[in-house]
Amino acid sequence: MNPTEANHDVQLGMPALPAPDYPADVRARLEADAKEVIARYPGARSALLPLLHLVQAEEGHVTRTGIRFCAELLDLTTAEVTAVSTFYSMYRRKASGEYQVGVCTNTLCAVMGGDAIFEDLKEHLGVGNGETTEDGAVTLEHIECNAACDFAPVVMVNWEFFDNQTPQSARRLVDDLRAGRSVEPTRGAPLCTFRQTSRMLAGFPDERPGAVRATGGAGPASLIGLRLAKGEVAPGRGGDTVIAPRTARTGADEAPATGHDDGQAPPGHPSSHDAPHETSASDEHHPAGPAAEEGE
Amino acid sequence: MTVAAEHEGASRPGAGGEASPEKLLAPVLSAFWDQPESWTLETYRRHQGYDGLRRALAMAPDDVIAYVKDSGLRGRGGAGFPTGMKWQFIPQGDGKPHYLVVNADESEPGTCKDIPLLFANPHSLIEGIVIACHAIRSNHAFIYLRGEVVPVLRRLHEAVREAYAAGFLGKNILGSGLDLDVIVHAGAGAYICGEETALLDSLEGRRGQPRLRPPFPAVAGLYACPTVVNNVESIASVPAIMLRGKDWFRSMGTEKSPGFTLYSLSGHVARPGQYEAPLGITLRQLLDMSGGMRRGHRLKFWTPGGSSTPMFTDEHLDVPLDYEGVGAAGSMLGTKALQCFDETTCVVRAVTRWTEFYAHESCGKCTPCREGTYWLVQLLRDIEAGKGAMGDLDKIDDIADNINGKSFCALGDGAASPIYSSLKYFREEYEQHITGRGCPFDPAKSTLWGDNDAHLGVNA
Repeated sequence: MNPTEANHDVQLGMPALPAPDYPADVRARLEADAKEVIARYPGARSALLPLLHLVQAEEGHVTRTGIRFCAELLDLTTAEVTAVSTFYSMYRRKASGEYQVGVCTNTLCAVMGGDAIFEDLKEHLGVGNGETTEDGAVTLEHIECNAACDFAPVVMVNWEFFDNQTPQSARRLVDDLRAGRSVEPTRGAPLCTFRQTSRMLAGFPDERPGAVRATGGAGPASLIGLRLAKGEVAPGRGGDTVIAPRTARTGADEAPATGHDDGQAPPGHPSSHDAPHETSASDEHHPAGPAAEEGE
Repeated sequence: MTVAAEHEGASRPGAGGEASPEKLLAPVLSAFWDQPESWTLETYRRHQGYDGLRRALAMAPDDVIAYVKDSGLRGRGGAGFPTGMKWQFIPQGDGKPHYLVVNADESEPGTCKDIPLLFANPHSLIEGIVIACHAIRSNHAFIYLRGEVVPVLRRLHEAVREAYAAGFLGKNILGSGLDLDVIVHAGAGAYICGEETALLDSLEGRRGQPRLRPPFPAVAGLYACPTVVNNVESIASVPAIMLRGKDWFRSMGTEKSPGFTLYSLSGHVARPGQYEAPLGITLRQLLDMSGGMRRGHRLKFWTPGGSSTPMFTDEHLDVPLDYEGVGAAGSMLGTKALQCFDETTCVVRAVTRWTEFYAHESCGKCTPCREGTYWLVQLLRDIEAGKGAMGDLDKIDDIADNINGKSFCALGDGAASPIYSSLKYFREEYEQHITGRGCPFDPAKSTLWGDNDAHLGVNA
């Protein structure tokens, strides 16, 4: 990088002019929302993180206009707001895709296949970390541990869970997103856009009918201990060496919670848009509870 | 210490020996996660939800604090500090508002208990919040949920709405005179906000950086007012204690680590998932009942409570997983995140990746952590790539030693843990990377599909 390039974004001399304000109608709408958020907190500044989510819901990323808006509503300087917005990884600093696809590459997911998924998606989409596909549909990034290690490897799309992914399932997932086909997570509600997601994060509940109940109760891995305790699945045979011998299968009722113990990926597409509909992922009333039986 | 097996079949797990999962496990928080619409108020009430609250509201606040203290409940967020004692530290009659802040910023690598708990049963947390606020005389509680879990945010929004509508939140709760508002606050992506004082700064709309202590949050926390910060699982465990009694609670676990807790099994195991059991169960017992490691593979190393707790090996399969047992074996119980890796996993790769995480998440406030994690990453990347020198091993050990105990908050200690524990057990493997000029492992073999399933293919 030569010095002129390096200095391209650096303002030397005259300070930058203030960011333009939102158009009046947008400003009025956002201000009403912002005041509702601010009123929830004993101290107004506590509303800053929600407000940054709110301006992100308006524009898809945090712009200088959004920062100015937050600063004006909370009586802060734009420097104070910028300092906060750049600290947190969920605030985007540039225009990005409708769908934020995050592949967990923290150690456990990485080892279980997250690294392979991320490499594969980079090649498949032709983008690098933090970059957006040309059609503006998908922004790919690698993410840190998202508290779903028992469902590894995990991919998040607009912060909904896509559990037990493989490179193949992840490819189909992004292809579906880019083609505009409806996509449902393994845990979470049918995908909405990044902006709509940001609005929820600002503290406005998801009003879509059925969104709260979508994909049912706990995921299969969350239930495995309970099912063992209730005698609904046969205990495994770890043995004294905690090596499960290759021949130690105890019978057909020893159903794996996931594809793990037959050494294969879960059958079919692990995200539910083509998963068997009789699993709890799509029907929480299913009497067997949310666990796919082997051979389903 | 008596073992009262008649209580729900759950008692202190016996050392070794064969026992059935029914006897070893103790689903309490997870007891009805398999029921239809487990997250709703209706399902929760069908399972005695909010009955514990009625008992608590009938007691004087100080009596509730004493009761929780007597139960022996210890914080489930990692440190294991007695919950009742934390409540007791709140000064009373000081004329200031008191706050309860629930730490739902679950981000410790490997930790995955609070998120499934809140997804399946958010009302256990709400009920616990009301009880805690009655005890510490607070009218305002916050749930600081990490932002990256929208499905959980959705259910928390709904649970809070339902609780208000049913009179469990709001004005004069169940006629007790208690007024309580609960705010669900979504974070914005920063591991450091799981540190309680960084969380408070973040909740005040600032960069999430830890505060100097003292003053402790109990004296000067949120808005400089007395504040209790508790983990989700700690608070969610309170209703069951109020309902079934402290003696029931103490009948499980050990003298110093009583009760039940969620163990999260992940990695190269046959059945990853949540296992709720009395404290003191061993990894061997958990693996034995759940099918062990994936077929044909051996346990190589594991973390007892997330990446910040020094790693263990198969020598430690019989360590009782309670605060004392894990501590005596040289690690920490932490969040009971049992990440298990088999012999296909390169420990240098694992540690390098964790270290990259700590470097990324270091808040930058203190020098040992900010600079130390940066240099650890540089050295570890070289070692992993076969470009390291033998002297680098002492160097990373030395840097880790300069972070551990010398940084501003526990993030630095956590960053040092994987380094020194892996050098202790796997120094040879580091040396192999240096002498062999590269990593001897094939990452494809470690994947979920990579073992014996060539047709699925891995091109990384």
